[in-house]
Amino acid sequence: MKERAAVLGTGQTHYRAKRQDVSMAGLLHEAIDRALADAHVGWDDIDAVVVGKAPDFFEGVMMPELSLADAIGAVGKPLLRVHTAGSVGGSTGVVAASLVHAGVHERVLAVAWEKQSESNAMWALSIPIPFNMPVNAGAGGYFAPHVRSYIRRSGAPTHVGAIVAAKDRRNAAKNPFAHLKQPDQTVEKVQASQMLWDPIRYDETCPSSDGACAVVIGSENAARAVDRPAWIHATSMRTEPTTYAGRDQVNPRAGRDCAAALWKQAGITNPLEEIDAAEIYVPFSWFEPMWLENLGFTPEGEGWKLTEAGETEIGGKLPINASGGVLSSNPIGASGMIRFAEAAMQVMGRAGEHQVEGVRKAVGHAYGGGSQFFSMWVVGSEKP
Amino acid sequence: MRDVAVVGFAQTPQVRETRATTNGVEMLVPIINGVLRDLDITKHDIGFWCSGSSDYLAGRAFSFVSAIDATGPVPPINESHVEADAAWAMYEAWVKIQTGDVDTALVYGFGKSSAGDLRRTLALQLDPYVLAPLWPDSLAIAGLQAQLGIEQGRWSEAAMAEVAVRARRDAETNPNAQLAGSKDVDALLAEPYLAQPLRRHDCAPITDGAAVIVLAADERARRLSPRPAWITGIAHAIDSAHIGARDLTTSPSAAKAARTAGIDSVEVAELHTPFTHQELLLHAELGLGDDVRLTPSGGALAGNPMFAGGLVRVGEAARQIFDGAAGRVMAHATAGPALQQNLVCVMEGR
Repeated sequence: MKERAAVLGTGQTHYRAKRQDVSMAGLLHEAIDRALADAHVGWDDIDAVVVGKAPDFFEGVMMPELSLADAIGAVGKPLLRVHTAGSVGGSTGVVAASLVHAGVHERVLAVAWEKQSESNAMWALSIPIPFNMPVNAGAGGYFAPHVRSYIRRSGAPTHVGAIVAAKDRRNAAKNPFAHLKQPDQTVEKVQASQMLWDPIRYDETCPSSDGACAVVIGSENAARAVDRPAWIHATSMRTEPTTYAGRDQVNPRAGRDCAAALWKQAGITNPLEEIDAAEIYVPFSWFEPMWLENLGFTPEGEGWKLTEAGETEIGGKLPINASGGVLSSNPIGASGMIRFAEAAMQVMGRAGEHQVEGVRKAVGHAYGGGSQFFSMWVVGSEKP
Repeated sequence: MRDVAVVGFAQTPQVRETRATTNGVEMLVPIINGVLRDLDITKHDIGFWCSGSSDYLAGRAFSFVSAIDATGPVPPINESHVEADAAWAMYEAWVKIQTGDVDTALVYGFGKSSAGDLRRTLALQLDPYVLAPLWPDSLAIAGLQAQLGIEQGRWSEAAMAEVAVRARRDAETNPNAQLAGSKDVDALLAEPYLAQPLRRHDCAPITDGAAVIVLAADERARRLSPRPAWITGIAHAIDSAHIGARDLTTSPSAAKAARTAGIDSVEVAELHTPFTHQELLLHAELGLGDDVRLTPSGGALAGNPMFAGGLVRVGEAARQIFDGAAGRVMAHATAGPALQQNLVCVMEGR
């Protein structure tokens, strides 16, 4: 009964620390215009708009999609605003896909964004909340203990994080939209950078970016007009509490369950063999091997071996974040959708200089909060 | 399309100030447990969860993160959240059921308006570059809308007072209403203005509260409820954000949502109208006949828990079906300044 759905086009802004050349509306417009052009559709072809972003405090506007309704072409149409923490960009894609899968709409525009320079994300995350553990150290301080725990549990050599960081910044140099591009980055240079939250060094952390990403999702009928759309084979979301007795924060059950449901829906029994490219939410370098295991690409404790062997480079067995990933561009609310869009671009053969050869199936992954929110999709060049 | 119905509804008492925290958990636990108990199911029977809330109302980032604890999501759940009234979360849940991935969904919304200064908080929904810096608050904008309608002969202060009297008298039979009972129209019209032409009785009170709804499809719904409220149409739309460019005496998005949802021959309409003139506006805009019973719960004018208030309208309308009091009903939810965004859900008994 589920209608087929496909990504018809994607669009991204240039990511920078401060996009002071555009308003919030202008930023969204930049991504949407590119997505509509890529999908060969106009504003009138869009039936509904789904907007995603992380907390409203990041810009200092309450429910900004209300005041942006005109700029994003939503007037007279249904407009939904999704907010599921850092996974929101992915969740927004999933909700937009659902509207087509359900047969409610023919073409849906999904756009996710963050303009961090309008406010101060660190402040927004540090508002004291009664009965809650403060996150005063920011995300890096929150996740560093999980990384240390991963290294202890897996016995991974300590340079694996630097391998990821150097690879992603080099990949970013091939991506015209990326925020941080370091074509000559090396493991040694990463290891020589300032230690911030042991074992996470400065070059192993994501930037703060302004940016937006949009995708047009259409029905099987709408996809006929598109040369090589990215068919959506599976979508999946899972949530667990921030804390509970026995919670594994290094390899969270919500992520494992989400991936298991995803592979099952996509008919994939061996992800490492069947997935040709992956865009995984890696805001701190070590999350690449951690999520490789959580997603089921490798057995627990062995994700770092794939990274260390260079198999996650473009040209390796499973290229991860050929776009440069979150480590190179991080407009928080958009970061998940960028993963989803880049996975689609790989399948559509539209990734330009960072195109991985022969991608038939790709996965987009996002997580948020304290690793308790997950959203994922599998896209493929063939109809599901 | 699958047949999807509202099979359960629960809400907290609507109060001026709850002792519960802004994260909603203390308000949500009793009503989530209550609705599951009434349906004789457990959380493991729910296929999809979706909530509506606001970080700005809670005065914190990620207001929904702690609220999720109220669902006891171990093992992990299939879950999503909208930064909007939970009526839009219900729409997302309805879509999810339509994909065929799940057969049941639980939707909740919560808001503790007493934690801040609601009038000023809502001003932050306006265009941040040119309008919000002037701080036109929510009463000021509603007042402009009401005044325009009066000047155009669309409604009058007396007609608005009549809406208030009916709403607050209807609320006398609603055990969850924050305000119930009313003086007569003449006495209300002698009261001072709050934001001319709005008087206190023209405005929804400031309310803390939460609500929960359970949706189920096909056979599942029939097993869970002796009289499910089958959703025959649900739709929403949004109007321009530019207050000065809109005709504030109309609501094209509400009319469009109603057309798409198909509101013909409804007997009851639960309208989400935080201001009296907005009921008069919607009555005309939706073309509701005089025989349609309007908002028998008392509506937002008797209690308006932000980000749950729209979902409460759906629940109250569904209750008309559960009870056999009506055969076909509609619920309406609104968001944004001056009825900018509107949702309509039509339900019937079979």
